[in-house]
Order: sequence, then C-alpha cells, then structure tokens
Amino acid sequence: MLQKLLHLTSRRTGRGLSSTALQGERICIVGAGPAGFYAAQLLLKQLENCRVDIVEKLPVPFGLVRFGVAPDHPEVKNVINTFTKTAEHPRLRFFGNVSLGKDISLSELRERYHAVLLTYGADQDRQLEVANEEQAHVISARKFVAWYNGLPGAENLQPDLSGRDVTIVGQGNVAVDVARMLLSPIDRLKVTDTTEYALEALSRSQVERVHLVGRRGPLQAAFTIKELREMLKLPNVKTQWRIQDFEGIAAQVDKLPRPRKRLTELMLKSLEEQKSSSDREKHFLPVFLRAPKQIEKSEMEFSVTELQQNSAVATDQTERLPAHLILRSIGYKSSQADKDINFDDRRGHVKNIDGRVLKSNGSDEVDAGLYVAGWLGTGPTGVILTTMNTAFAVAKTISEDIKNQIFDTKSIKPGLQVEELPQTVTWKHWQRIDSHEQKLGQAKGKPREKIVSIDEMLKVAGI
Amino acid sequence: MLVANTIRNTARLALRNGTGYLWQRSAPTNLTRTFSLGIAVRQQQDVVSVTFVRANGDKIKASGKVGDSLLDVVVNNNVDLDGFGACEGTLTCSTCHLIFKTNDYEKLPDKPGDEELDMLDLAYELTDTSRLGCQITLSKDMDGLEVHVPATINDARAA
Repeated sequence: MLQKLLHLTSRRTGRGLSSTALQGERICIVGAGPAGFYAAQLLLKQLENCRVDIVEKLPVPFGLVRFGVAPDHPEVKNVINTFTKTAEHPRLRFFGNVSLGKDISLSELRERYHAVLLTYGADQDRQLEVANEEQAHVISARKFVAWYNGLPGAENLQPDLSGRDVTIVGQGNVAVDVARMLLSPIDRLKVTDTTEYALEALSRSQVERVHLVGRRGPLQAAFTIKELREMLKLPNVKTQWRIQDFEGIAAQVDKLPRPRKRLTELMLKSLEEQKSSSDREKHFLPVFLRAPKQIEKSEMEFSVTELQQNSAVATDQTERLPAHLILRSIGYKSSQADKDINFDDRRGHVKNIDGRVLKSNGSDEVDAGLYVAGWLGTGPTGVILTTMNTAFAVAKTISEDIKNQIFDTKSIKPGLQVEELPQTVTWKHWQRIDSHEQKLGQAKGKPREKIVSIDEMLKVAGI
Repeated sequence: MLVANTIRNTARLALRNGTGYLWQRSAPTNLTRTFSLGIAVRQQQDVVSVTFVRANGDKIKASGKVGDSLLDVVVNNNVDLDGFGACEGTLTCSTCHLIFKTNDYEKLPDKPGDEELDMLDLAYELTDTSRLGCQITLSKDMDGLEVHVPATINDARAA
C-alpha cells in the first residue's frame, strides 16, 4: 500500500505544514473523469475555503472523455475546457498516477481529508453468461473502445478484423459508436485522435457487415437519435432494417413521448427508404428481439424473443447470425478499488443513498464523510449531462452536510503531499504531456496523438 | 450544419477573449435617443437585454448584442448557471436548454432543426417551447426577452 507513499506517519498530524495547513475543508476526489471534475467545480464554488485534491489512477486526466467518447465526436470533448479551468483553480490540486487501493488506501485518504468522494467510474463490463464467452473472437466493446482510444494496457487487444461479419450484442450508444468506428471510411478517422495502431488495423479491416443485436424491439432501442442519424448519414454505409421487426410499430407512434416518438419515426423513415443493396456498400444491420444463446466459431446463436410487458422472453425458436468477431456491449460495471469500500458486487456499484455511501455493516446507516458520484454510484447510464447533474447534486449534498456539521471539518487535515508520492503527475506535468501529444498530432493532421505507454507519459512529463 | 456551427463557435471563442464588452454591464436600453454620438447610438441600438429566470424564481438580467446567441450572453456576462453550455455551442449536448414563453417561442425566426431537436430530446423537463440557447440568435425585437432555465440544469438550491 505504501509503495509510493513515504513518511506517512510523520506527516499524519499535519504539524510543520505551514504553507498548506490552512483552515478550511479538505476534500479528496478519487477519479478525474466528468463526475470528479463537475463535483470539484461545484464544491469550489459553494465552499469558499475548501481545498480539493483530485487523485487519478492514470497519469492523464478526463477519464471517459478521453478514453470513452468516440474520436469522431471531438465536439463532445469540449467539456475538457471547463474541466481545465477547474483544474487550474488555486484551491485544486491534481495527483495523477496515484492509484486508490495500490498507492494509497481509502483509510489513509480518510485520515488525511475531511471528506472523500469516490468517482472512479466503471472499468469492467457485464458478461453475456453464455458458453464459449471466453473465446478469443469474443471481446468486450469496452475494451475495443479503450483500444482505439489509447487507454494504457488496451493497446495489445489485437481485434481480429479479418472477417466479413461482426456481431455486436447490445444496442446502446457504445454499441453504435463501435459499429460506426468499424464501418467508417478510414479517411474520416484519420483526422481524429484515434490511436495510430488502431488506424493501421482499421485500414486493413475486412469487416463489411455489422449486426447490432438487441433483446427487445424497436420501441425499446437503447441508442439515442443523434447516434442513429449519424449512422444513417455515414458515407458508403447502408442501414438495413428487418421489416418484420417493425410489425405494428407505426400504429403506436402517436402515443409515444416525444423523444421515443422522434427516434421511432426516424427508424420507420429509414426503413421506408430502404432499397435493395448494392454490393459495394458496407452494411449496418440492426436486429431486434434476439437474446444471446450460444457462441460458436464464426457464428452466434440467438433465441427469438417475445415482448411481455416490455421485457424480452425467449421462445423455442432460434436464429444464427454470422459472427467472425463478437463484441459484447451490454453495459459496464464498476470494481471495488479498496477493500474498505462498501461495494455491491451484484449490481457493480458502491452502496449509497443520494451519493452518501452506506456503512459496510449492512444497515442503512450513512458513513459520514464518504461519498460517491458518477457511474460508480449510479451505475453506467446516461450521457455526460446525466453525470453532470448527479455530480452537481452530490457536491451540493457534501456542501450541505459540511454546513450542517454532519462530520468533523474543524480538525486540521494534512491532505496528500506531492513529495510523498514521488511519481505524482501534477497539472503542470499533464500540461507537458498535453502539448507534446498535440504536437505529435499536428504533424499528422490529427488533434493529438495520444501517448499510450505510462512510462512514456512519465518521461514526457519529466518525471 | 455542424461545420457552420463550429465556425461560429470558433468566432465566439475569439470574441470571448476580447475586451470590448464594457458597455454590456451597465447599458440601460431604450436610451438611444439621448445619445448624440453616432457610434454610441449604434452600439445602444445593438444591445438586447435578456432575463434568465431560475426554477426558484430568481431573475438574472444580462445583455448581449444583436447577432449573439443566448449561450454567448450567458458566457460573456458570466451568468451564474452551472454547467451551462458544456459542448460550447456545437450541438452535442443539451446543457443550454431554455424554456420560452409560448408567444416568444412562436416569434423566433428559425424553427429548430433535426440536430437541435435530437439534443433537446435528451434534455430534462423538455417542453413544447424548449430550445437550445446556442441556437437562438439575438435580434433587436427580442429586447426584454425572459427565458426560464430548467431546474435540473441549475438546481434551485444552488442559488
């Protein structure tokens, strides 16, 4: 636990820290993604003496904005400008390359801060739980996204793109992102910050048909309309719906709430305009009412399902879809970074009520001073806006608890010290990595070329 | 659409760093005739005042000039709305969601396009008179406009 953390005991009391041991609440946020940055932004605003430290496992900030958002959605990454403003606030410090549960424990953080907010997200994925899932041609969409986005450790995935058919299980926006990356003309991706090795692999890809399979029907489709519209406009890609999936759908459109109505109308319009395909095009093939049954060498078998009160029930009928590569995209889940975190293994998130973490004793009692926000607390749903709203709400809860003196904020807490953690990547270090990446990208006409190796990140940072 | 927007956004970012906005802070409107200097008159005529009404009823007065978007007004006046305009006007989020009075909504010259409606569909508290602030360009006849900010963007407790 103390591999990097030196001098912990001598510093614990906070004596001799004249420059930093000022009055004010010390709050530690674990995880530098959208939830962490949005919570920090509001805490700094609402508590005028508080000091916030953000601890991040990786040497680089922004979490899923850097490693999740698709490279061809650079506008979504504009939130980085706001996060950077927050990071440069005089009462905020960034501790990159510091891993909870490895370099520092939760109990150590709680000794050093008045409050700790966990926002380290969801780094695992849900399993299909069918036979042969561990085979090499079955990979998680999460890993595939991490691969093209340059998450350290994901660079060796080597997805097999030598076959014609890819079957994606799941129909959320991650599934659509992955389908779009597989079907996009390579020139469209060359101007994005897709990692160079992924561009190289995608340029050799033989994939022509991507099936996007969901258990339920078009009225329950999980992708949002923007992602669908983008797919429909993708050059040289034809979206082909199955007419039988839409039986009786048109009659229900008028009763739907506006967002669902517009999404359904767009699918119906696209279905209506669908013509027989020419051979030169690539195909995006949404398939509804099919539940995963089993995996074989270059096929996947699905149960035909029926909708009963909005849930999919498998029938005896089955269908096989060609699947040289299978991508599992049925949701993320979080992991327990530290043994002291009260973690719900089944649901894959931290047990909490409105962001207040519950005590591990099985009661509904709140562990005062410990909070959770973002996907780690809510489960992996929603767009950045959703995370922003919930992170703001938890930050307000923290501010209110502090104002109501729910836990101690009067004692002096030392916080972390950069000198104790010699390999810490500070914000200044990150700025060096950032400008280096942008320079590398510029030479290739890309917004940046991400550094993928942690050692190289540290080298560029000057550590 | 997106390209045009990105260009506009770049222009706005450039403007944001400028300093020529002093008149915005105190400029009372409808005083045009008292000015004798031609340039001042023109500037005054270009000023459009807008009031943002929070869910808790708080009113925030701000002003922009003809051609600014409502997102520009929030940014240039530092209007205190947390998280507003996260994607900086590129039509990829719905954090600048504003709710118009029916009359005002109907007077808006441009109807929302598909891309704007797509983002609005993800907004909380969507109404029939919802628009994205980044897509509304100020014109002189909008002077005195009052728009509501949905609670979920800026919770009443934040005030």
